[in-house]
Amino acid sequence: MDILVLPRKDLIVFICFAVVVLAMPIWLTPFGAAYPGLMQKFVIFALFAVGYNILFGLTGYLSFGHAAFLGVGSYTAVWSFKLLTMDVLPALVLAVVLSGIFSLAIGYVSLRRSGIYFSILTLAFAQMCYNLAYSVLTPITNGETSLQLSRLDARVVDAAFGVVRGERLPSPSLFGVELGGHAGFYLCAVVLLVAFFVAQKVFNSPFGMMLKAIKSNQTRMSYTGFNTRPYALAAFVISGMYAGLAGGLLAVTDPLAGAERMQWTASGEVVLMTILGGVGTLIGPVIGAWLIKYLENIFSAFNDAMLHRTFSFLPDGLQDGVVAVASKFVGEGWHLTLGLVFMLVVIFLPGGIMEGARRIRMAFGQRSGSAPQTKPDPVPAE
Amino acid sequence: MDQRPNIVLHVDDVFKSFGGLHALSDIDLQVEEGKTHAIIGPNGAGKSTLLNVIIGRIPPSRGAVVFDGTILTGKKPHEINQLGVVRVFQTPEIFPDLSVLQNVMTPAFAKRDGAFRVALARPLERETGIRDEALHMLEDVGLVDRREVHAGALSRGDKRRLELAMCLIQKPRLLLLDEPTAGMSRHDTNTTIELLKKIKSRGMTKVIIEHDMHVVFSLADKISVLAGGRIIAEGLPSEVRGDPRVQEAYLGGEHA
Repeated sequence: MDILVLPRKDLIVFICFAVVVLAMPIWLTPFGAAYPGLMQKFVIFALFAVGYNILFGLTGYLSFGHAAFLGVGSYTAVWSFKLLTMDVLPALVLAVVLSGIFSLAIGYVSLRRSGIYFSILTLAFAQMCYNLAYSVLTPITNGETSLQLSRLDARVVDAAFGVVRGERLPSPSLFGVELGGHAGFYLCAVVLLVAFFVAQKVFNSPFGMMLKAIKSNQTRMSYTGFNTRPYALAAFVISGMYAGLAGGLLAVTDPLAGAERMQWTASGEVVLMTILGGVGTLIGPVIGAWLIKYLENIFSAFNDAMLHRTFSFLPDGLQDGVVAVASKFVGEGWHLTLGLVFMLVVIFLPGGIMEGARRIRMAFGQRSGSAPQTKPDPVPAE
Repeated sequence: MDQRPNIVLHVDDVFKSFGGLHALSDIDLQVEEGKTHAIIGPNGAGKSTLLNVIIGRIPPSRGAVVFDGTILTGKKPHEINQLGVVRVFQTPEIFPDLSVLQNVMTPAFAKRDGAFRVALARPLERETGIRDEALHMLEDVGLVDRREVHAGALSRGDKRRLELAMCLIQKPRLLLLDEPTAGMSRHDTNTTIELLKKIKSRGMTKVIIEHDMHVVFSLADKISVLAGGRIIAEGLPSEVRGDPRVQEAYLGGEHA
């Protein structure tokens, strides 16, 4: 079965990745980040970034509107909870299908242009979706109050199976198992692993090579006999479906969908994740997503009182000054920190964290390669 | 056309003007199957414009290009390629970010799978048929040792050879070459001539635009001389070589 085959190298990457993801509750404990809410975020945004990278990393088309598909996925999942059943399977499937349809339409129009015009078109479409969600579409999106579950929702499938309406709000479940806390995390983790496997298949396939070739030289591609637009559109739809799946999972972990998920800052965030980690690499976007979500968690929690405590070793006058400056970089202002980190990475490590890792590996490789072989081999660093 | 089935490419009364400038006037060209047809002429004679009209990159103001009964004018580049008309560019167009081997595998996929196919199931490594074919092609052009190198890192001469391999692996019915040896050393030029001669024996039709007379007279079966956007002479290499109009166009043109 070719479809389940990965080359040996990628299989090792996949196994390592699976271990790292599934063992999150263990290795995140020393960082104080091993609680389900945050781990779910790690996994969901990694999924979002991996999918986004299939478009941006392989074809080079920079979309600024992928949050729209995330939002569509969330709304679809919540509606599935409201109208059909609290089971997550139909919710996720519908989220993927609907975001796929949306991305087909938006991609079809946007891909008539390339470069900056493509980016602007996707941005415009995403902002349109965002504004529609707040205005004309409020019957569907519930506007500013966000779309939420209610005890009185129809849930026709659940009703048909004789599920009794309880006193409190029902929560999402999989085959009757409620998905609170760690169960929710493991569901997201398994979905991420499947999605990561699919991304590996894309990267390794002839199709993936065509996408890279489009990024490399589109003129040669069309004179080589390829119709480049459907290739780019296929990549766009695949990444849109990943975004929809991520949006669906957000709704699974917290059955609530608001339009702010579709705002351009959310689209920008996934671009940052991908670039920070390493465009066009498989692992890079995952690391980028984890880093940004972790830093957000830390920095946005800081407040003035905590800063005063941190800098209490300084003399009073100086302490107030330092805290006044530092407070601009934490809490609400943590995006300032993110901006600085992003600038540093783009200027000094254009290939992102993955390039940093590669440079370190090469530096070590050169040193051990050029060292005379008189001494016994040193113990490996890891 | 019916009474002369061996004519594979017709350039039929093509006329092209850019604003007031007549780049091409009354161009009629008939290329026989299996032959190498060279188009020569001084700088600015309209050679590259003519090639771009043939390949569909520039629409002619009037006239049409017919390949084997199909009108090429107005078709998209990938449609023209899928008909078997393949072009080598003057500045090599390759995929600089892919490996040399992948550069040659890509066109083989276009030939096998057509203009669009989402081939996801089988990993690249298992595409042994196409891989072997590409390796074989790289051996022919002498790049097989560099197969894992990023194509962008190749020298200019190697890029040209790579592009030639990318075109040849598609086994085109008509190969268009735009100055295939421009900027090459004498040694590389001779290697390329040998390679092109080898293809000739495989019966592929070629249209070649060339400056280098050494290349033209080593390869061409028939020569059309272009000057000032018109064909001023046409015939066998031996005929063209002695034609006074040709000499005037080349020598006189440079004095003007």
